[in-house]
Amino acid sequence: MATTTAPPQTRSRSLLSRPTALDGLKGYLATTDHKKIGIMYFWSVLVFFFFGGVASWVIRAQLAAAENTLVNEEVYNQAFTLHGLTMVFLVVMPLGAAFFNYLIPLQIGARDVAFPRLNAFSFWTFLFGGLFLYSSLFFQAVPNGGWFGYAPLSTQIPGDNMAFYAVGLQIVGIASLSAAVNFITTILNMRAPGMEFMRMPVFVWMSLVTNFLLLFALPIIAVALFMLNGDVVFGTQFFQPATGGDPILWQHLFWLFGHPEVYIMILPAMGIVSEVMPTFSRKPLFGYTAMVFAGVAIGFIGFGVWAHHMFTSAVGPIGRVAFGLTTMFIAVPTGIKIFNWVFTMWGGKVRFTTAMLFSVGFVSMFTIGGLSGVTHAIVPHDAQQTDTYWIVAHFHYVLFGGALFGLVSGIYYYFPKVTGKLLNETLGKWHFWTWLIGFNLTFGPMHMSGLLGQPRRTAVLPGELGPDVLLYNQLSTAGVAVLTVSALIFLFNFITSLRSGEASGDDPWDARTLEWMTPSPTPYVNFYEIPTVTARDEFWERKYAETEDGVVRPVPMGASQDHGEPVPVGDTATVEGTGNASAVPDDIAVTEDVALAKVTSDDHGGNPDAADDDHHIHMPDPSYWPLIMCAGFIPLGYGLTFAAPTLIVLGALWLMIGMFGWILEPLAEGDDDYDPDAVHA
Amino acid sequence: MRRIPSRRSRQRRTARGIGLAVMALVLAGCSGEQTMLDPKGPFSQDPDTLFKYVLIVAAVVFVFVQGLIIFTSWRFRRKDGDNDIPEQVHGNTALEIVWTVIPLAILVAIAIPTVRQVIALAEEPDGAMVVEVIGHRWWWEYRYPDSGVITANELVIPVGTPIRLEMRAEESGAPDRGVLHSFWVPALAGKQDVIPGRVSTLNMQADEPGRYLGQCAEYCGLSHANMRNRAVALEPDDFEAWVAAQQQPSEVAAAFAGLSAADLEAEVVPDGIDQEVGRGYYLFQSANCVACHGQINAEPVASADDFVASQGPNLTHLLSRREFAGAIFDLYEREDPDDPNADFTDQVDVEQLTAWVTNAPSQKAMTPEDGVGMPSFEPGTDNTGGLAGGLPPEDIDAVIAYLLTME
Repeated sequence: MATTTAPPQTRSRSLLSRPTALDGLKGYLATTDHKKIGIMYFWSVLVFFFFGGVASWVIRAQLAAAENTLVNEEVYNQAFTLHGLTMVFLVVMPLGAAFFNYLIPLQIGARDVAFPRLNAFSFWTFLFGGLFLYSSLFFQAVPNGGWFGYAPLSTQIPGDNMAFYAVGLQIVGIASLSAAVNFITTILNMRAPGMEFMRMPVFVWMSLVTNFLLLFALPIIAVALFMLNGDVVFGTQFFQPATGGDPILWQHLFWLFGHPEVYIMILPAMGIVSEVMPTFSRKPLFGYTAMVFAGVAIGFIGFGVWAHHMFTSAVGPIGRVAFGLTTMFIAVPTGIKIFNWVFTMWGGKVRFTTAMLFSVGFVSMFTIGGLSGVTHAIVPHDAQQTDTYWIVAHFHYVLFGGALFGLVSGIYYYFPKVTGKLLNETLGKWHFWTWLIGFNLTFGPMHMSGLLGQPRRTAVLPGELGPDVLLYNQLSTAGVAVLTVSALIFLFNFITSLRSGEASGDDPWDARTLEWMTPSPTPYVNFYEIPTVTARDEFWERKYAETEDGVVRPVPMGASQDHGEPVPVGDTATVEGTGNASAVPDDIAVTEDVALAKVTSDDHGGNPDAADDDHHIHMPDPSYWPLIMCAGFIPLGYGLTFAAPTLIVLGALWLMIGMFGWILEPLAEGDDDYDPDAVHA
Repeated sequence: MRRIPSRRSRQRRTARGIGLAVMALVLAGCSGEQTMLDPKGPFSQDPDTLFKYVLIVAAVVFVFVQGLIIFTSWRFRRKDGDNDIPEQVHGNTALEIVWTVIPLAILVAIAIPTVRQVIALAEEPDGAMVVEVIGHRWWWEYRYPDSGVITANELVIPVGTPIRLEMRAEESGAPDRGVLHSFWVPALAGKQDVIPGRVSTLNMQADEPGRYLGQCAEYCGLSHANMRNRAVALEPDDFEAWVAAQQQPSEVAAAFAGLSAADLEAEVVPDGIDQEVGRGYYLFQSANCVACHGQINAEPVASADDFVASQGPNLTHLLSRREFAGAIFDLYEREDPDDPNADFTDQVDVEQLTAWVTNAPSQKAMTPEDGVGMPSFEPGTDNTGGLAGGLPPEDIDAVIAYLLTME
């Protein structure tokens, strides 16, 4: 973008003028603020989590008795499909995105993401995609072919059910793909001065890996869903053997996306746990380098194990051997992480706050999921396990005991950052222990019912399987009841703490990383002054100093600023990869200008005035265009679902108009400099 | 019209108290008709041995890691009033190498036998008997190319002989239509997906006689849950006798085959055939049962050349089977009606069979309007593919009488 002069000062509100409201409903609808977007992701997830939970109640109620007729097969099949789709695409993934949004800019010392309007676009697209998927309820066409949508069944089920699947996931995928581009760019280009790659918080590292996984995996599922949409709605023959198509093609495409997807869900949680455990152990993360490389290794190997979902499909003995081996060896980097977490606690002074309990719970439960995961690599026996409850138990230990425990830990840890208040710790501990017990009561017995031969995705629990299998199922159902109570405790805690929680102060946990240097709740501009980073645990290093004999003592207030020494010019590690070697600062004042230039250059072409006065901070303006543009996905989506050309054309035009409005709107409205003094006052 | 809620009639003792449940969990906990922990043949035994070896390794790792987590949490918890800051340890290369190398070594120890077994299990065993398996929505068909026998739901095999299953999926007799299924009888072998347009293979063998429970294990749509099956292992002599009996034609069908076209037109019932059975025979034609169940053999079969394809299960020797409709209903009554695994009596469950023939979609979720499954013959049911106006109960009874001759 070329450098422009200051935007025209005009008070007349034209169609293309930019909104300025930062608060209220308008403030949210037009927001480009990464924090508000993160919060909107969170609330959306909470609502979808409720519906995903309702679907699981249907499943567990049906399986609480043998030969049960509580719901019929059609309802049950819709319930497990919707449960899987919701929890994967509308809960765990966007909850990760909520944390990416809120934390990445804060942890790297930036004021927003690289493309703020694209960020809003990602959120609205996700929300509309999720609502579109759920609108299938009103058409009595809830997807019923499983979250994996195997062809050719998915193309042969009568009705529009699987068309909603193909189109709905496509829209949600667009959201994740555009977000991935945004976060990768942000992490690579917008780090505060001095934040080398190997000084980035592990959460940022795991976010970077996750978003690269998204960047490479989502195009694959996009192609697959496009083909499926064709087969289901328009009569193409990609997966039809009768006309030369191939049903196995779908499986390869789906799992080429689907297995990296597992790591897309777990890596953000691993990142959060890697932030929480050092803070509450009052020690640095043990083996930072190994942690980072293990995460990157998981990202790479995660693309090389997809066919282990297809050991009983058509891969042949050589494929089985090859993918069995890769599946085994992905356990190595995972094991490294587990031991590093435990040894982060070792020798520490561990404070068992609720956030810490959930993180320790994560390590413990995820280990169980990891161990059962290794048994899948025993290919000959995987032919027994696959498509039984042994698998259901395994992936819930990974995605619930793992991903969700880690993300909930993050909710407790970062609630004060977002709200300036603390979640109630007593209720939090009730939440944790009921959550842990309920979780193990639900999914622990599934190991047994699986080994005793209970298949997945069956609407009826056959009486022939015997009383033990029935018993394990009843325990699972009881576990869901405990989990439901636990979730209600959390919700109560969340809402009451939001209203009248104890004030947290800016740094309630004695934390170690940059985001805790900002006031809580985080101000609009994040950092009044962009910090210069000199160490991995920058904030900790500013608070504490190590004496000659190894004793760590707090640095007196006010002295800490001196501790943040300037980054030596020419430090190659600093320059590496940041792309702004010439911008390496030699004092803090310049530092901020550099950061300003970075913030302004992405969306506004750079404001030459900004550098003149370091008290003027240039923030991205709100915009309605991402929201307006995304709404075009609704007519387009229904058009592709019901084969309605008019709607398709309408939706496409709508998107195009939205895109032009986006491009043509002014870079900023009026005097867009943000004066932090006004906030300080 | 009789219509019985058959599911409920099979329903087991239902919910028990949690206390009793936990006790039972501790005491028993490991039995089940479809368990993968009790292999009954070499192709299920070898993976089971490997799995149990890995389980032991996993249990050791589990105890070690969980113990370490609990110990560390307890030992290094912060005590009240302790505000000292611990030593800021950043890592320990030697330790980190240890916990990289040891898991790697464990995995190599697991990998070697795994790789060997994968290769061994894929090979066709010597002296194997081939059976063709065809997955339909939602039932299994078996064809024996050596003897020309076609049967459904119950895979009958001789004890001690390796069986090579050659499997595919079909729909409405079209070899490249259909959806994915997965054939699985855990006591005898792992599962293998069945794919339209391809042939996949699976080895299995039973070392002792028995009725082994199985279940379609790849989600195949509406009635996936109702697609069960049995592998029935017989002593070799019994198996020979079973094959010989299956090769025989239906006596009634054979008798009708001797009639002239004019007699058939006049719906004449041959000598020695019960009038009710005869009426059932003609209804079987006029109500178009033959459209899907056309292969009631009127002549003996001897080889694959005698296979007659049809959409529905071959009913020629219906009563030689113990269960029907995807093995979800008992064709014979059980000695203990409350125990779904009790021994069978020799009393046909006519009530259940009648309920099925009258209105199959009410008994098992199916979509005959889309060409998948059996239509209803109950008068007044709206069910495309069924008979306009349906069949009155006395006609259903006649069809049942005919079916009951198919021994």
